Amino acid sequence: MNNFTYSSAIDTNSALKLFSESPDANATRFLAGGTNLIDLMREGIEQPQSLVDITRLPLAEVQQLPDGGLRIGAMVRNSHLAAHPLVRQKYPLLSQAILMGASAQLRNMATTGGNLMQRTRCYYFYDGAAACNKRVPGSGCDALEGFNRIHAILGASSKCIATHPSDMCVALAALDASVNISGPSGERRVPFTDFHRLPGDTPEIDTNLQRGELITSIDLPASSSGLPSTYRKVRDRASYAFALVSVAAALRVEGGMIREVRLALGGVSHKPWRASVAEQFLQGKKPTPDNFSRAAAAELAPAVPRKHNAFKVELAKRTIALALSALAGDAPSSNAGGAR
Amino acid sequence: MDVSHNGFARISLHVNGVERSLTIEPRVSLLDALRDHLGVPGTKKGCNQGACGACTVLVDGERINSCLALAVQYQGRNIVTIEGLAPSGVLHPIQQAFIEHDGFQCGYCTPGQICSAVGMLEEFRSGAPSAVTKNGVPGDLTDAELRERMSGNLCRCGAYVGIREAIHQVYGAMKP
Repeated sequence: MNNFTYSSAIDTNSALKLFSESPDANATRFLAGGTNLIDLMREGIEQPQSLVDITRLPLAEVQQLPDGGLRIGAMVRNSHLAAHPLVRQKYPLLSQAILMGASAQLRNMATTGGNLMQRTRCYYFYDGAAACNKRVPGSGCDALEGFNRIHAILGASSKCIATHPSDMCVALAALDASVNISGPSGERRVPFTDFHRLPGDTPEIDTNLQRGELITSIDLPASSSGLPSTYRKVRDRASYAFALVSVAAALRVEGGMIREVRLALGGVSHKPWRASVAEQFLQGKKPTPDNFSRAAAAELAPAVPRKHNAFKVELAKRTIALALSALAGDAPSSNAGGAR
Repeated sequence: MDVSHNGFARISLHVNGVERSLTIEPRVSLLDALRDHLGVPGTKKGCNQGACGACTVLVDGERINSCLALAVQYQGRNIVTIEGLAPSGVLHPIQQAFIEHDGFQCGYCTPGQICSAVGMLEEFRSGAPSAVTKNGVPGDLTDAELRERMSGNLCRCGAYVGIREAIHQVYGAMKP
């Protein structure tokens, strides 16, 4: 790991100031829990000259908003968020998704803001000897014709087929969260589903956060509170593994008809994938296994599998149908006994 | 507050009840600071990338991977390593149980396993849920709960059976 200049900020303003005063904005990073950034630095993938430590910022609270929603400070650690009484009571989907990611030690370190900023675990991104447009723009993508079992099937490009690794973010996408950002030119708010980007021709840019901007909090709307929901994750081992496919689902049925449905997928795309096609298909229909399967098929229709990950298309369809069926009362209500 | 100058930072860490001063480069991990700079080598370096849990220590009572922590970030925090679990020479109940149940073979993952178990039991006692907790409220520390909550610590010798028995025993003894 290269050496760097370290500074520690006490509040958002001092963090933005320390960042702006660093000699090279492109070689400066905010440091939170460090669970991904320190690893990337040790691998030489990130080589910052300056780190601005933001873990002392007073952003570690979960607050109720006047409209009944919830504001999650960017420095709330993943374990605290998953265990928070208001989150467990009003947004259990978020708690469940967080607890299915990483290990207890990592969740004790990792922060809410940092979870959004984590980078892909594509092996070719991590391997300095491999071609990777995300790591070195224009160098090519060895994953395209390589061992691409864990790679994307939706929204990928000829430049990059990496996936976003987060579980928490899949739940946030389904819950209509928004991201509050502070930067040199003031504050702004971005819908969660617009925060991460598809790779297109610029896979080196993961998010729409600008250099020097800082995530200060995540808001959950009151309209997403209390929805019957479930997070299903399919992975290679029962715990402590990234998703091959994951599904965040919420379903409200009234009078035998689907009144509200939320669906987001993990492990299939460069960003947490909000399954709008399936949602639109299901709106106002009966909550039957057949409708769930047809909705899943419609969502996955544009999927482009690679040599080793074609299984993900069928896996995603079945996991969607299973998650929704469980919420409609037609299937086991948890992962118990099955793949996690 | 700029705390590194000329490539070095003068910091102070509270380790196993003792305040220790050291001058290090900011890139030094908490793990390396403990082992190489403070002479507290009980904490082990396994993968050095947050995948194995051998480097687990307790910070303010919570378990973390010290390999992914920069030492400069942990000033003013209460750091406890395997050495700090038995300050008076009397073994911690988890340490004693690991001996009684053969919770190790080569012993390399053991300090991390034990610190992790101490942190895990405190998390469980505080009511924190896990991925296998039904309806978000932990009841008993079932084997499924224990395995899920300890999944961040790998043992390549495969001493998992003894490790689980040791933790179950201590949990059973501390139940009200």
